[in-house]
Amino acid sequence: MSEDRLELRGVTKAFPGVLANDHVSFAVRPGAIHALLGENGAGKSTLVKMIYGVLHPDEGEIRFDGKPVTIPNPKAARAMGIGMVFQHFSLFEALSVLENIALGLDERLSPADLERRIREVLARYGLTLDPHRTVATLSVGERQRIEIVRALLLDPKLLIMDEPTSVLTPQEVTQLFETLRALAASGCSILYISHKLHEIKALCDKATILRGGKVVGDCVPAEESSRSMAEMMIGGSLRDIKKAAGRTLGAPKFVVEGLSLEGTGDFDVALKGIGFSVGAGEILGIAGVAGNGQNELVLALSGETPGEAAAVRLDGTPIGALRIGERRRLGLAAVPEERNGHAAVPGFSLADNAVLTARGRKGLVNRGVIAAGKAAGYAEEVIRAFAVKATGPAATAGSLSGGNLQKFIMGREVLQVPEILIVSQPTWGVDAGAAAAIHQALVDLAARGSAIVVVSQDLDELFALSDSLAVINEGRLSPKRPIADFSLEEIGLLMGGVHGEADQGAHVAAAPVVEASHAH
Amino acid sequence: MLIELEKRKEPSKAMVYLTPLIAVGLTMVVGALIFSALGYEGARAAWAMFVAPLVDPGKWEDLGLKAAPLVMIAVGLSIGFRANVWNIGAEGQYVVGGLAGTGVALATWHLDGGWWVLPLMCLAGAVAGAAYAAIPAILRTRLNVSEILSSLMLTYVAIQLLYWLMNGPWKDPEGFNFPQSRLFQDFQTLPFISGVGYLNVPLSLVIALAVWFVMARTTFGFQIRTVGAAPQAARYGGFSQERTVWWSLVIGGALAGLAGIFEAAGPFGQMVPQFPTGYGFTAIIVAFLGRLHPIGIVILGGLVLAVTYVGGESAQATLGLPSSATGVFQAMLLFFLLATDILITHRLKWRRSAEGSA
Amino acid sequence: MDAMWFSVAMTIVAASTPLLLAALGELVVEKAGVLNLGLEGMMLVGAVTGFAVTFATGAALVGIVAAMLAAVAASMIFAFLTLTLASNQVATGLALTIFGVGISSMIGEGFVGKTIPVLGPVFPEALAGHPFLRLLFGHSPLVYVSLVMTAVVAWFLTRSRAGLILRAVGENDASAHSIGYSVIGVRYAAVAFGGAMAGLAGCFYSMVQTPMWAEELTAGRGWIALALVVFSAWKPWRLLLGAYLFGTVMTLELQAKAAGVGIFAPEFLAALPYLATILVLALISSRRSVGAAAPACLGRPFKPAT
Repeated sequence: MSEDRLELRGVTKAFPGVLANDHVSFAVRPGAIHALLGENGAGKSTLVKMIYGVLHPDEGEIRFDGKPVTIPNPKAARAMGIGMVFQHFSLFEALSVLENIALGLDERLSPADLERRIREVLARYGLTLDPHRTVATLSVGERQRIEIVRALLLDPKLLIMDEPTSVLTPQEVTQLFETLRALAASGCSILYISHKLHEIKALCDKATILRGGKVVGDCVPAEESSRSMAEMMIGGSLRDIKKAAGRTLGAPKFVVEGLSLEGTGDFDVALKGIGFSVGAGEILGIAGVAGNGQNELVLALSGETPGEAAAVRLDGTPIGALRIGERRRLGLAAVPEERNGHAAVPGFSLADNAVLTARGRKGLVNRGVIAAGKAAGYAEEVIRAFAVKATGPAATAGSLSGGNLQKFIMGREVLQVPEILIVSQPTWGVDAGAAAAIHQALVDLAARGSAIVVVSQDLDELFALSDSLAVINEGRLSPKRPIADFSLEEIGLLMGGVHGEADQGAHVAAAPVVEASHAH
Repeated sequence: MLIELEKRKEPSKAMVYLTPLIAVGLTMVVGALIFSALGYEGARAAWAMFVAPLVDPGKWEDLGLKAAPLVMIAVGLSIGFRANVWNIGAEGQYVVGGLAGTGVALATWHLDGGWWVLPLMCLAGAVAGAAYAAIPAILRTRLNVSEILSSLMLTYVAIQLLYWLMNGPWKDPEGFNFPQSRLFQDFQTLPFISGVGYLNVPLSLVIALAVWFVMARTTFGFQIRTVGAAPQAARYGGFSQERTVWWSLVIGGALAGLAGIFEAAGPFGQMVPQFPTGYGFTAIIVAFLGRLHPIGIVILGGLVLAVTYVGGESAQATLGLPSSATGVFQAMLLFFLLATDILITHRLKWRRSAEGSA
Repeated sequence: MDAMWFSVAMTIVAASTPLLLAALGELVVEKAGVLNLGLEGMMLVGAVTGFAVTFATGAALVGIVAAMLAAVAASMIFAFLTLTLASNQVATGLALTIFGVGISSMIGEGFVGKTIPVLGPVFPEALAGHPFLRLLFGHSPLVYVSLVMTAVVAWFLTRSRAGLILRAVGENDASAHSIGYSVIGVRYAAVAFGGAMAGLAGCFYSMVQTPMWAEELTAGRGWIALALVVFSAWKPWRLLLGAYLFGTVMTLELQAKAAGVGIFAPEFLAALPYLATILVLALISSRRSVGAAAPACLGRPFKPAT
């Protein structure tokens, strides 16, 4: 029997205050597609960074092709035949595809030779990509292709893929999986990191499940149900969101009509004639692949980038030209996607971060003077109501974990009891427990009669939360419909930019997303 | 043994206030060594530069005299620095403020007095400083020009303006053709309080206190801090970046201009070509040494730098130190302060060298 | 063209060269994502070192090398603070300038009014007989160095692999780090190069233009060089153009002063280069393309995440 391509024995890595990996052991066979499954914060990223030489284990052994190895840096990893495609692309916007790939290669090739080899790889795997385009002009899927081509040029024996599908449409995911299967068939092992269960079931031969830095189980995904793997990953049984049954939705509360906005920066997406309405008590989900205008839409709705007055109306009042502060006074609240530096100031205390958005509605300012006691009091209230793990209102936002900060931010907005709440990626990078708490808070707020818009790339989340759904693509929003009327395929097509009625017969997405999780 | 830096979980409050003192200590030690190597009496020079004036009550009035303009300018600059607005042309705003006040003084020179003249001079100084700082503000907000370069260029322009006025229109007609203005009349000079100094000394303290209150307690101060710490979050919080740039430059300019006319109407008593003494640049060090905090600027920044000025002057006489030595010590102080800044977010850890390479 | 115009042209070359040298260095530094506002300070350190060493040894070449080394040493103070200790680049650059002003006038105190032999033309006198030939062959070696360096920097940035890495570091430090490049190492090298070029620019003032020591003889030219980098949109050949444009403005100022043109006060003429800088910055910066041309990480401290 041949040797394992990669084997980890008792690999341990600690950071100040956290044991990121605790005696992790597993093995990957040549030509296998092996899943590393775990929640955010389970230690997956730390682990693969050690395999790729970015970090170094405190203890334990990494064996490659049967021999124990030390991997001092990524360059050494690549020399051994380990390639990696990061979740966040290591790309340079202002440089060309060719230059980007050249930077990732240790071999020195003339630009002409490099281009020839790139075209060979593209042809072999049936991929399309123009080597001379500037990265800034490429779609997210194309950008990922650069990373993949860069890795494939090395003829890797092991390819690490870190959450590769979070930014792709279902159709792009299908294409990616075909590439990966072809690669595995040629003998390359693939270490596939994800927390998306249906993908792992569709793609992977074996899975190792991590929780809290430890291996908690191995399984053959095809033999497990999504629910059983999820419970191993989370370490308990899943909680369902309690939706008030048989709610009747109120009259339109928040109405958007013909909202268009030119992109100001070079990389902005222009919004084109966006229109929808949300009733009292309604949760509208907006699905879409990252970078299709979601950020711009959230900024326009919240008032960070004001536009035409009539384009946005709240309870009949035109608010489209008002700035965010004025919109807040009328009962609007918003949570942007990025926590650090946008929704919160990392260097400020939680009390100061409460002042940031709640000063008007919660009366934290008296004639231009900040009421420090009241601000701390409100921060304390948020901490308690949302079970935020923090030392108190004086703790800096930067000292909180991502999930706890997100709970604080959501709590800060929800406890202001807004008329309309706009929230982007409410549970991005948040553990399952916190995510459930945040989802419950949103559902409860809607039950009180507030209108809610949730922008998310996570279809599972949208199916679990929303009453109705619309899809954004290249700055255009599809008409909204009740969530029950959508099939997953149809959403996929809309996300990919195919507008209009999806033909019932068109089974384009022979879906890797088979077990989509209404079941959650 | 190796020294290693380890990130703290929370920034250290104690280090915020300790590092300026550590920086002073390091500057004294390293300065003493360097100046010894250059053939001076290094240890005595460091002592003269950082301690001697403090323990000599006879020098205290001098300290106030030097500290007052530094504190006023630095407090103004600190507002901008907190918002990431880099006005480094305070020297120019100081000169223009002094000139505008002088203009009022020369226009009212033939009057027999009038209580309103001195306040008008001060007002003119503040307004002119603010207006001069508004140029970089408009260039930045409208045309996206870096305020660092524009405000500095304007300093050179202001100094040329001063030279032109001294050589031409404002030259004292009875001054034996020296390039300087008339001496101000009594009613045009700042009152002198014996034992304290000119009126600008207590006024600078009042201004520092006022700025502290605004920065620490009001929404306006919160806005400035937020824009500096996280511009996107500031926009999300409903604060305008543009207005912040405007206000921080204009307030900084007004305080520098006011400091300028206070100097002209105080210690100088007239306008001379030697008016720009570098206070506008030294104030940058003062602001950083004071941690961009108004009270820190008074106690740590203004006082320490005033000590180096006064000490530097007496060291020239007693130790034969060159006049430029003061600037070298001041720059070293800022270097050490910036270097020790890291102790706020990191702690030093001693490590055996054997493990260090792992 | 008569002889006077040739001599004006010679002066323009002399006024432009130090700006070009200093700005070329800073351009490379900024392309790596670092903003070193200490240019003026490093130039002064170079100027005084070049002068002092030449005065002591009598060998101009030794003086030049010493000037470059001294300015590199000064730049390393900046590099250690901003790169290793991640201090604020604006404040540290200012500190470097204050330091350079102080240390140069302190070292230079003993040299005020003293002179050294001018660092003369590099080509034999015979080649530079005719005014036109003199315009080609009659310059100090540093002039040719500045022109060659423009080509070298242009080639380095666009054609070499090392230049590609340097641009990558300035464009996206986190990505460059994750691919495995040493962001800090590249930036140290860039800052050192900027220091060496600033040292050359500094000794141009003290050894070529006026081989007599005077305090702060760079008179804010370092700041104009910084503005030129913005003007050039970080392109070496445009930098050459900008430097000669400013050299021309400064020369005209001197010529007008010498000719005693009565319309403008000499103080106005002295303020002209600074006003011109502001004007040019205003015209250039408002164009959107310039903002996009700036290296994306310019001025941002890099702290590698664990």
